[in-house]
Amino acid sequence: MVNITAFLFVGAVLFGIGVIGVMISRNIIVLLMAVELMLNAANLVIIAFSRVLNLMDGHAFVFLVLTVAAAEAAVGLAMVITIYNNRKTINIDNFSLLKW
Amino acid sequence: MNITIDGVIFIISSAVALFGAIMMFAQRNPVASVLYFILSLVAQAALYIQLGAIFVSAILIIVYSGAILVLFLFVIMLLNLRGDEDLGKGSPAVSNLTKFIVAIGLTLELGFVIKSSIFGRAVPTGVLGESGAGFGSAENVATLLFTRYLYPFELTSILLLAAIVGAVMIAKKERSDETEAAPKPAKKEAKSEMTVEEAAN
Repeated sequence: MVNITAFLFVGAVLFGIGVIGVMISRNIIVLLMAVELMLNAANLVIIAFSRVLNLMDGHAFVFLVLTVAAAEAAVGLAMVITIYNNRKTINIDNFSLLKW
Repeated sequence: MNITIDGVIFIISSAVALFGAIMMFAQRNPVASVLYFILSLVAQAALYIQLGAIFVSAILIIVYSGAILVLFLFVIMLLNLRGDEDLGKGSPAVSNLTKFIVAIGLTLELGFVIKSSIFGRAVPTGVLGESGAGFGSAENVATLLFTRYLYPFELTSILLLAAIVGAVMIAKKERSDETEAAPKPAKKEAKSEMTVEEAAN
């Protein structure tokens, strides 16, 4: 069987890719997907620990995280639609109205 | 060091997961990056199966790839995005450099946390043994959700209701000259909520 550390490493690298994606992406839809990727990396680590501790509580947590991700995607995409209707762009560099 | 069949499956699925995640940000076309994200999610579901979480991996494919990412594709189709021409000009070079430095710094910090916690023996390490009978099955997950985690589970339904109402209110247009954009995210959200609830039952 595979060592648990390998799964933790994959989860950490996925989270790092998500962080870099949030930082560098200019498309707001890709940015929302990067947030989803970070949630998934956290899910992978939760599942790995629930396997190594032989407790199934982690599976219930992952379930709740998936639900929160669905709600976040729905509200975020609704905001993207509204922003696109108002400004006709999805480049996040143009959404700097609240920046002083 | 002997490589078992489990090790080969782990290496392949984690490589595909990381490849999909990296290619997601290398694409100009948002539809292509959604499809690469789905590839990454399917590989992550294979990793979940290796960890004994069979039911959760099925949920990941059904709810995530089947509902949430289709919602993303739906919005891309609705906005009629074609990639670069909707993005306009890029940000200045100093801003890009700052972003890279901050992102790589955060990732390195995460690496140090993992390194210290693993080598400081704060987490249990070692080769995985056999899991118990019924580990990760739908019956056991449902038993947990409806007994010990009943209140969080019920609060989740309130969260989903708030998300439905919020999505409708935010995406609704004030003037009713173009009404086809408003109801669609709400419809998809209701569908994904149904999938979650059905899967829990």
